[in-house]
Amino acid sequence: MIALRFDDVTISAGGRRILEDVSATIRSGEFVGVLGPNGAGKTTLMRAVLGLVRPAAGRIEVVERPIGYLPQVRVSTAAGRICGFDLLASGLGAARFGLPWISRAQRDEIGRALALVDAEALAERPIGSLSGGERQRLLLAQALLGRPRMLLLDEPLGGLDPRRQHQVLGLIRRLQQELGLTVLMSAHELNAVIGIVDRVLYLGGGHAALGAVDEVVTSPVLSRLYGAPIDVVRAGGRIFVTQGARADDRVAAE
Amino acid sequence: MNPLDYDFMRNAYLAAGIVSVLAAATGYFLVLRGQSFAGHALGHVGFAGAALGAWAGLSPLGGLIAITAAGGAGMGLLGSSLEERDVGIGMVLALSLGLGLLFLGFITHSAVQATSLLFGNILGVDRATVLALAAIAAASLLSLGLIARPLLFASLQPELAEARGLRLRALSVAFLGLVGLAVAASAQIVGVLLVFALMVGPAAAAQNLTVRVGRGFALAVTIAVAQSLCAITLAFYTDWPVSFWVTALSTGTYLAALAAR
Ligand SMILES: Nc1ncnc2c1ncn2[C@@H]1O[C@H](COP(=O)(O)OP(=O)(O)OP(=O)(O)O)[C@@H](O)[C@H]1O
Ligand SMILES: [Mg+2]
Repeated sequence: MIALRFDDVTISAGGRRILEDVSATIRSGEFVGVLGPNGAGKTTLMRAVLGLVRPAAGRIEVVERPIGYLPQVRVSTAAGRICGFDLLASGLGAARFGLPWISRAQRDEIGRALALVDAEALAERPIGSLSGGERQRLLLAQALLGRPRMLLLDEPLGGLDPRRQHQVLGLIRRLQQELGLTVLMSAHELNAVIGIVDRVLYLGGGHAALGAVDEVVTSPVLSRLYGAPIDVVRAGGRIFVTQGARADDRVAAE
Repeated sequence: MNPLDYDFMRNAYLAAGIVSVLAAATGYFLVLRGQSFAGHALGHVGFAGAALGAWAGLSPLGGLIAITAAGGAGMGLLGSSLEERDVGIGMVLALSLGLGLLFLGFITHSAVQATSLLFGNILGVDRATVLALAAIAAASLLSLGLIARPLLFASLQPELAEARGLRLRALSVAFLGLVGLAVAASAQIVGVLLVFALMVGPAAAAQNLTVRVGRGFALAVTIAVAQSLCAITLAFYTDWPVSFWVTALSTGTYLAALAAR
């Protein structure tokens, strides 16, 4: 079954083409790592799935709804004095006018989401006092509100040390399997997600390649993506992607 | 000597109570959104408006309301392009004071008017002004109540709110417009220069005392009202300016809240 399909999608912003002719089909229940360097278009792609960015051409078909979203830039710093529970509560039914009361059912829904990520105790503390990993857990609970079928997680590992990265990844993997979710998770570091994600959607040079790590993260595929020679070196179970010797300037220009 | 025996004191208590509720209610969101400085700047913009109004022979309150509400909405429209430019806001601030001074200079007996605009003149508030303030407060609080839910979400998590289809810009314009009204009302009590003490002080203290939104909001309103009523009473017995007591109590409460954290 299909969860999400990109059909020759081209996205422009600020007069520049950010993604060009991206086609990819993501299956239900799949855990896809969205990879690529800074500025590759990972955030833009997710915003397009949410309908916040309209493709200049092509079509994005979203089958699995509702969508839970963890944005890359997360909580306004001024809000650091508010507790996690109220942060989660603020998002419930927030499109409606009126006072921000929440019902008993909504309260229970928040409790359920917090329990899923084991963050009940965290929810009583001010957000500003949480560590990066704790905050990530809380925001993961937020993304789970409203029983989503698909999660878009934008850099949930950002700013975490390897041990916390591992814990948060494990948590996401467990949730994804327990709840049968389709997950798109962007990350900078390829090696952090190898062995955990089912497939990777690699963005580079405005193009995208979807497949298993071993199929996609190879010199020929990435070189075709960037239109310039890219070396992929595997050593000790880790993968290193570097620019080909004579193409430095061209890749940097991307 | 009972302050309530005097008509001007009864008016002062009423006006201060009404305005404090409005100031703290909008101030709570202002602090939550990290826009305290915008409130401060609006006070200064209001000074120019009120002085212009006085010069043109309109009521200072009318001029004040018109310009702060418009100024607030304008800030909301400019949005983040303005927020991070404290130099820009500072310039507008200084220019507003200068313009206000210019307009006041055109009026012959400007000194008293200038002082009461800058530092407030709550003891000079008449019954008609009390009624006008009550109307402004009622309308503003109603509007704030209407947008409270989306505003809270947009303040705490702007990206997510946008993803859910909330119109951040429109919310910001509406909210800062309300802040403008609250600033105009607050200026009647403490003057344009000191609205910070009424709007931001209680809210900041409350957010230090509780991590819950509902409780923090209620606490901010309670602190603001108590602070204003105490200030007026203290001014009555000491003969020191009300505005001094408001700022002193506001600072004292904030420091106490910091210490209690
Ligand atoms: N609204 C916009 N106007 C102009 N350019 C934009 C806009 N949004 C994104 N871009 C550009 O599009 C490119 C892709 O941005 P995007 O945020 O999607 O990258 P990313 O892969 O998420 O990067 P990072 O790893 O740093 O988060 C960048 O070059 C960015 O500058
Ligand atoms: Mg990004």
